[in-house]
Amino acid sequence: MFESLTVIKDALPYLLKGSFATGGIVLGAMLIGLTLGVLMACGMVYGRRWVRWVVGFYIWFFQGVPVLVLLFLFYFGLFNYLGFNFTAFTSVTIVLGMTTAAYQANIFRGAILSLPIGQFKAANALGMSNVQAIIHIVLPQVLRISIPAWSNEFSIILKDSALAFVIGAPEIMARTQFVASRTYQHLPLYITAGLIYFVLTWSGVKGLRALENKVRIPGYSHQGK
Amino acid sequence: MSRSEPILKVENITKSFGTAHILKGVDLELPKGGIKILIGPSGGGKSTLLQCLNCLVTPDSGTIWFNGSVVDIQKSKELYAFRQQVGMIFQDFNLFDHLTALDNIIIALCKVKKKNKQQAKERAMVELEQVGLSDKGHLYPAELSGGQKQRVAIARALAMDPKVLLLDEPTSALDPELVGEVVAVIRSLAQKGMTMIMATHQISLIRNLADEILFMKDGLIAEQGTPRELLGAGVCTLSQGFCDKLNEITGEEI
Repeated sequence: MFESLTVIKDALPYLLKGSFATGGIVLGAMLIGLTLGVLMACGMVYGRRWVRWVVGFYIWFFQGVPVLVLLFLFYFGLFNYLGFNFTAFTSVTIVLGMTTAAYQANIFRGAILSLPIGQFKAANALGMSNVQAIIHIVLPQVLRISIPAWSNEFSIILKDSALAFVIGAPEIMARTQFVASRTYQHLPLYITAGLIYFVLTWSGVKGLRALENKVRIPGYSHQGK
Repeated sequence: MSRSEPILKVENITKSFGTAHILKGVDLELPKGGIKILIGPSGGGKSTLLQCLNCLVTPDSGTIWFNGSVVDIQKSKELYAFRQQVGMIFQDFNLFDHLTALDNIIIALCKVKKKNKQQAKERAMVELEQVGLSDKGHLYPAELSGGQKQRVAIARALAMDPKVLLLDEPTSALDPELVGEVVAVIRSLAQKGMTMIMATHQISLIRNLADEILFMKDGLIAEQGTPRELLGAGVCTLSQGFCDKLNEITGEEI
């Protein structure tokens, strides 16, 4: 028992350093997902037929293939083939970003469809172009509506980032496995890793909840007292 | 430009949704300072016509003249510039829910007219004052009553200095006791000489404001004339029959 605690105490700084890598992967992936997701959602709703077809294909592909397969496909396959010399860290960030983009696109699409069409017409009637109406009227509301679903996506990506260890990105899981294979203290170390993930997820979700409350539109409360 | 030359003119506007022919060739001329009122049964094409006038609904065919020149609706820039000059008021207000009353007015001034924030704010305050809401600028749409929302919507449209105002049943979604405040604002616009075309079921507006009444039925203008011609004592017109029906519901005297 005492030995376990010593191992944890010694390994903790090393493991916690991994949370920077994990944080970087999640932040990068979520930003890629946000950007691509918003663009694809707009494409699905407002785009021409060929745009909708391309986006539909993208979503179908990334929803249909396991993340681990995608990771290997891109890291060992496509990136190599194209001559990109991406590190494991960059590759994981890109692959998770592109995967979450497929799910986020549907989150944002649903939010766009939930807005009454009248506001878009009103923006047009004031002389705004379609792009201006999307940027100034639609998206500010869509992003607010999407925060709860987006925070689900955040916690999923945070935990999926543990897959990065299989290609050797130095994040929490990879570091834990490294220490465990040397000390044979599997149980306490993986409990520690689990707790670190738990704390990261919890604080991230909590933060997004705070953001949701901060940007809530007055008068639109669904909340009880 | 002579006073009689139309500011807005459309010819042979048609529109179908699938197999439903909503507009079957409508001609319309709106002289500067004129007020035309569209009445008629639901599904007659009033809303669609109004939305075709500024191409929120793209007509299948037809030509639009504004200020004497044809509007090429295929050219986005020309279309957007045209819409800036044609204000629109909707039945269900369509305020931007994420913006305060003041910001609802400011946003188009900043993004479309490219005014700076301070100028836009001053202009917006003037317009809010005109509709009697200078103390409500900081409130969000969800915090306003229906009548207040519609007055903000009118202020928002007027801030763009429109040459023509299209009003699509501006009082139909309001509680009866809130109709008056919106009607008062519309009346004062009429007194200031605003050119308007309005679909409405509000008898007092039809009777007192219209230079000309257009009765729409089955996608065509079935009758048109002054209120005296169509609603005068003893005449027997579609409009008369329609207004009688409205009276039975509201109990108002013509």
